Amino acid sequence: MLKEDTDRVDGILKVTGKAKYFAEYELPGLTYGVLVTSTITKGKITGLDTKAAENAPGVIAVVSHLNKPSATAYEQEGGPQMKIFYTDKIFYNGQPIAIVVANTFERATYAASLVKATYAKEEFNTDFAKALKDPKAKKLQGQADYKRGIENAYKTAEVKLEERYFLPIETHNPMELHGIIADWRPNNQVTVYAKTQGVKATQGTIANVFKIPMENIQVNSEFVGGGFGMALRTWPLEIATVMASKHIGKPVKVVITRAQMFTMVGNRPAAIQTIGLGADKDGKLTGITHRAYGETSTYENFTEGVVNMAKFMYQCDNVNTSYAIVPVDLGVPIWMRGPGEATGAFALESAIDEMAHALDMDPLDFRIKNDPETDQQKNKPFSSKNIKEAYKLGAEKIGWSNRKNKPGSLVEGPWQTGYGVSVGVFNANRGKASVKGILKADGSLLLQSATSDIGPGTGTGMTLIANKLMKIPVNKITFELGDSSLPPAPSQGGSATLSTVGSAVNDVCVALKSAIAELAANSNMDATANFVEVLKKNNLPQIEVTKESQSGKEKDNYSMYSFSIHFVQVKVHALTGVVKVSKIVSVGDSGTIVSPKTARSQMLGGAVGGIGMALTEESIIDHRYGRYINNNFADYHVPVNADVPEIDVNFINKPDPYINPMGAKGMGEIALIGFSAAVANAVFNATGKRIRTLPITPDKVLA
Amino acid sequence: MINFQYLRTTSAKSAIALLLKDKNAKFLAGGTNLIDLMKRGVTAPEKLIDINHVPLKQIEQIGNKIHIGALTTNTAVADHALIKEKLPLLSWALQAGASAQLRNVATVGGNMMQRTRCGYFYDTEMPCNKRQPGTGCGAMEGFNRMHAIFGTSEKCIAVHPSDMCVALTALDAEVVLANSKGERKIAFKDFHRLAGDTPQLDNNLKADEMIIRLEIPVNNIAKNYHYLKVRDRASYAFALVSVAAAFELNNNKITDIRLAMGGVAHKPWRLTASENFLKGKEATLSNFEKAAELAMTGAKGFGENNFKLKLAPNTIIEALNLAKSKA
Repeated sequence: MLKEDTDRVDGILKVTGKAKYFAEYELPGLTYGVLVTSTITKGKITGLDTKAAENAPGVIAVVSHLNKPSATAYEQEGGPQMKIFYTDKIFYNGQPIAIVVANTFERATYAASLVKATYAKEEFNTDFAKALKDPKAKKLQGQADYKRGIENAYKTAEVKLEERYFLPIETHNPMELHGIIADWRPNNQVTVYAKTQGVKATQGTIANVFKIPMENIQVNSEFVGGGFGMALRTWPLEIATVMASKHIGKPVKVVITRAQMFTMVGNRPAAIQTIGLGADKDGKLTGITHRAYGETSTYENFTEGVVNMAKFMYQCDNVNTSYAIVPVDLGVPIWMRGPGEATGAFALESAIDEMAHALDMDPLDFRIKNDPETDQQKNKPFSSKNIKEAYKLGAEKIGWSNRKNKPGSLVEGPWQTGYGVSVGVFNANRGKASVKGILKADGSLLLQSATSDIGPGTGTGMTLIANKLMKIPVNKITFELGDSSLPPAPSQGGSATLSTVGSAVNDVCVALKSAIAELAANSNMDATANFVEVLKKNNLPQIEVTKESQSGKEKDNYSMYSFSIHFVQVKVHALTGVVKVSKIVSVGDSGTIVSPKTARSQMLGGAVGGIGMALTEESIIDHRYGRYINNNFADYHVPVNADVPEIDVNFINKPDPYINPMGAKGMGEIALIGFSAAVANAVFNATGKRIRTLPITPDKVLA
Repeated sequence: MINFQYLRTTSAKSAIALLLKDKNAKFLAGGTNLIDLMKRGVTAPEKLIDINHVPLKQIEQIGNKIHIGALTTNTAVADHALIKEKLPLLSWALQAGASAQLRNVATVGGNMMQRTRCGYFYDTEMPCNKRQPGTGCGAMEGFNRMHAIFGTSEKCIAVHPSDMCVALTALDAEVVLANSKGERKIAFKDFHRLAGDTPQLDNNLKADEMIIRLEIPVNNIAKNYHYLKVRDRASYAFALVSVAAAFELNNNKITDIRLAMGGVAHKPWRLTASENFLKGKEATLSNFEKAAELAMTGAKGFGENNFKLKLAPNTIIEALNLAKSKA
């Protein structure tokens, strides 16, 4: 009955092309919008000549800050910060300044090239490292300073190190390009087909910007071709499309270009981090200091959890952290898978490896020795943590015993072999969500919630939770999502969907079961009678239940985290500096695994993203112009199949007794967090070279 | 819209006649680079002359030369039994380039004609002497990690991106070109140009000429060869540095040798001094190292590509090592 090896419920739809993505909806009278972007980096638009564009064949309208339709919130004090497209100010190069709408995409593309802007240019800086050094440049506190015990205790430790780590901008670049279809009707009824991680969030943003009631707005987003965080907000390009539809009274579709994916929908911000570590000669940590700086924009602040991990991951009485953000003249960043924690883990987990080396200890032994029993930051027990078991399992699988502690020991011709390990950790969250369940006399169960599936397999996980509780076959259960009219659920982010929405599915199923049991009792049926018979006996075609579910006070009593351990083997070519990841073992410790196949896929994707972060991905800007140089898939290198070895995915799969009824913790973020440090540590083990700037490209290995 | 006329022809003669009629006409073969350039606004031909139906797809041995038609796809050449047997270096170089999908449509002639992948060349908002002479070189003091270290000019430091052309340079190929008056033949190494004062010109093909075929002499270097491409990921990335190496070995003595490098100059870079040094010498690591050192005469870095000054000789050494160890 239980089908834990269940395939992705929408897998066949996806591989046969039947899954419909936002850009594939054909509405009557659909028009096509193309965005015109600024070619300067900072200043003001002094003129916008749209005549040639307006006169071009097929053009319906050119909408810009000059003729924008009313967006009430933008006119108020304290409205949304990001008034881009609604202002003549230029905050960064590639900023959308106008949208050209035509009756075909090609005509809109051509007409967009005819719009000529003139500017008053101002001096700018897009170089985060330069801003950091500039005493006059702004530095804003990104998170409250944290201190436990003595500040900078590492400085007086028996063994100490202090190192800096550099991370470039990374761009999410899901395969599916971003965009939206917006259809604004005269009575202020708005329908959108969006690429979003949260249909309710998109609905709320549009309602807020245009000050129309939420119920006027219908957001559809059944399938999303990858998000990785970039679809966690409604971007100016989407607001521009809604404005254009409002302006012309027709549905407008916008799909941005790959180059625009680098400037319109956020990025993982660049970061510079300093880690100070102190230990006694026996390998006990006596001081951890983590100071981080992250890039942000001048028009909006973006912060993330870069220094979180340092506060609780290792047993240490003296810990202090600081995190500041530094505005530069670029588009505002946004969370990218594993968000700030992945950035922080690269630095912390590299430094831990460096300390183990300084102590001449096996880095795994060093981690085990400093593994805390309780969370020292929150002063609470962990809800569940099986990290030592995960260390042991992963070490066996990768063949850790083949590793030599002395770097550069394993040499075969020009190839040097090394092993690396790193830990990933992320909050195990549970939010508030509602689910409606409709149990039908035909033996089927329909579940509905306004949640999303950006790829992890939300529908599959929810189906399996219901399958387990209701003993209804998987093919008789349907889970509907991606529709703002369904019961509310939060956006899909922070690895919380299964925990949050799954708990509501659980509660709905429990309620349906007790409703059936009650009906059975009232109609003198056996308490174990099948629900189909119970419904038929009562002449009911169906019963339905809606439940809202959220965490209780267990949240206050326990520290809840998901953990991952990544082991990698690399081969480094001594002459060419090429690094090949030759073996990967990832172990997830994230409670019960509800859907083994889609969970495994998450871990596979995390490892591939981790290879990218470690070895290939970097968005490069020419700071003289403030423009990206490698804004295409030929030059922005995501790993290809040839870069990815066999990935051995393992789960501890032990329920967390507290977090939620399933005992399941999120695992989308931990699949990536820490991975890049495991690679850097392996490169060090192979060569003796410590590379603290990502990505680890051949030039850095040879340097 | 930027309109263009699409014409199709089935003979080289009519193709050349069409080309002569219009200065802004271009041949369309696989289109894997040209269409991108049109989409990015780098080029805007008024006429596209589709030459895919011109019968230039032969791969055959005539006398002691192997003829390859200009419209043969990269895949067809790389997979052909004759090429694998007699010119395996060419087959390897082709397989190191682009992706399977691109190789399936990209042609030999198109591969020779592809433009540089310099980011400044592709962004019409940036200066680029190759795209728009007189605007300056964005890469010179900008992002030049991928750029040239040999034969650079003050106008341009772009590199030619092809792998195939590196092997053809090493293999002493010749190019047969047709024009309205007949045909001419030039050495492959003279087909591409250095940037000099005219970076807008990638090669010596004249305005009324069409590439017809390659002629490659059958050689004695098909046993010890290697094409080594160093890049930022294992596939579908342009070379940081690549080396085509092949030699004839008699009792560990090198009796004939070809060496060429890619990713280092505006054209495929033949390593004549290194070849001359190695000829008649033992195939030893120290001789390989000396040859690699000789290859670097005149090399110059521009900042971000300084690492190539080390990577290039290392790649030469490793390519020679791998060629030697090929049984």
